[in-house]
Amino acid sequence: MAEHAQRSFTTPAPGLRFLILGGLSLVLLIADQRSDYLDSVRKAIGAAVYPLRVAVDTPVSLWRWVGESTASRNELVLELSRLRTEKLITQARLMRYAALEAENARLRAMLGARERVRERVQVAEIMSVSTNPFRHVMVVDKGTRDGAFEGQAIIDADGVVGQVIEAGLLSSQAMLISDPDHALPVQVNRSGVRTIAVGTGEHDRLDLPFLPNNADIHEGDLLVTSGLGGAFPPGYPVGTVRSVIRVPQNPFAEVSATPAASLGQIREVMLIWPGENEPGDDAAAAEAPGPADAPPESAADTTADE
Amino acid sequence: MSSERQARLPVLLCIVAALLLAIVPLPEWASPFRPDWVLLTLIYWSIAVPRRYSVGTAWVLGIVLDIAYGTLLGQHALALAFVIYLTVKFHLQLRVFPLSQMTATVLVLLGLYRFILFWINGVAGIYPELVIYWGPVAAGTIAWPLLSLFFGGLRYRVAD
Repeated sequence: MAEHAQRSFTTPAPGLRFLILGGLSLVLLIADQRSDYLDSVRKAIGAAVYPLRVAVDTPVSLWRWVGESTASRNELVLELSRLRTEKLITQARLMRYAALEAENARLRAMLGARERVRERVQVAEIMSVSTNPFRHVMVVDKGTRDGAFEGQAIIDADGVVGQVIEAGLLSSQAMLISDPDHALPVQVNRSGVRTIAVGTGEHDRLDLPFLPNNADIHEGDLLVTSGLGGAFPPGYPVGTVRSVIRVPQNPFAEVSATPAASLGQIREVMLIWPGENEPGDDAAAAEAPGPADAPPESAADTTADE
Repeated sequence: MSSERQARLPVLLCIVAALLLAIVPLPEWASPFRPDWVLLTLIYWSIAVPRRYSVGTAWVLGIVLDIAYGTLLGQHALALAFVIYLTVKFHLQLRVFPLSQMTATVLVLLGLYRFILFWINGVAGIYPELVIYWGPVAAGTIAWPLLSLFFGGLRYRVAD
């Protein structure tokens, strides 16, 4: 065999090798599609790809660093004053929010419902974004070392961004809500109608394909997470309804929405650890039956039925 | 062919550069037209030095691409390995092709590569839009003449 390989100087018998490796690829493909046996393999190779990602990311962050460090004093002063104003405004809003939160807690206590658990949040930076236009996947710089886990919800300042689909050691892959494979349980904030928002492959559009023609939904309605899927905590803004087309002979209305987060432009996102303070809280709330003790989702549900 | 004496380092650098270009973020309008740099690089070097850069290299790089893109494991590996198998099998004919004919061949190879990816996606239940899917084929074909001139220069400098 070795002699043969040496003699055939220019033809290194690629056919056999292709057959073996091609077969191996098929096995990998099927295993990867059908199950999650290969997750550890992915993680191991993912760690090996990490330097590549860093290399790709370095020029960008270097450029930003240069830009920030060479900004003139004047610009910095301007930005500082702008930020001060912004901080004031935000604080004012926050004060109102705190008052509302206190009121909410009081009302909830009156209803006998549990106070909604606070979530722990950590800021993560996006390292790269999938180059494939049909898979909206990005890589963030937090991995299992930072506590990230599969199925973890990701938001930014404006709304829901996506969820972690693969937590590596140092970085994780996250699927955006605009990915065609992504579906997100949402609720219309005004009427409480629950449905599913499905990604379309476009960064600025989500579809709501499962709403009946008579559903209470209008253009401009705010969609929030319903929390029913389990992955996303309830109450985060997802988007606003862009168009509602009702065709009488079709069972479902054609509804599309604009995501609240500008999915094509974000650089920093936030990872959420729901119920980090009290791990058993969610389960306890779900187990407790009875209308008085209903978790927030069911409370909204009754509104929808009215 | 003085393939045995050829230095490995420049080619490895080319491959690493191709991988970097393959995962560097592009603006949204440009990303459908990103050429398949890894495949183009592998086509050139597997024709030039088929004993060293062949199906095995292609497969390993394909796995790396699968991880980097987050696609099904083995998808890019299978497509790359198959296309490189064809180029290695016909490398003697391909070597004597003039640039115009070689560019046309590269068009076919890139199309085949995309078709395999497309087909695997289809079997797995992912249906992408066709038009944008073939953007890399066009971009890659346009990039080929420049790339092969660049690699050619590199190759003879290295061989000296």
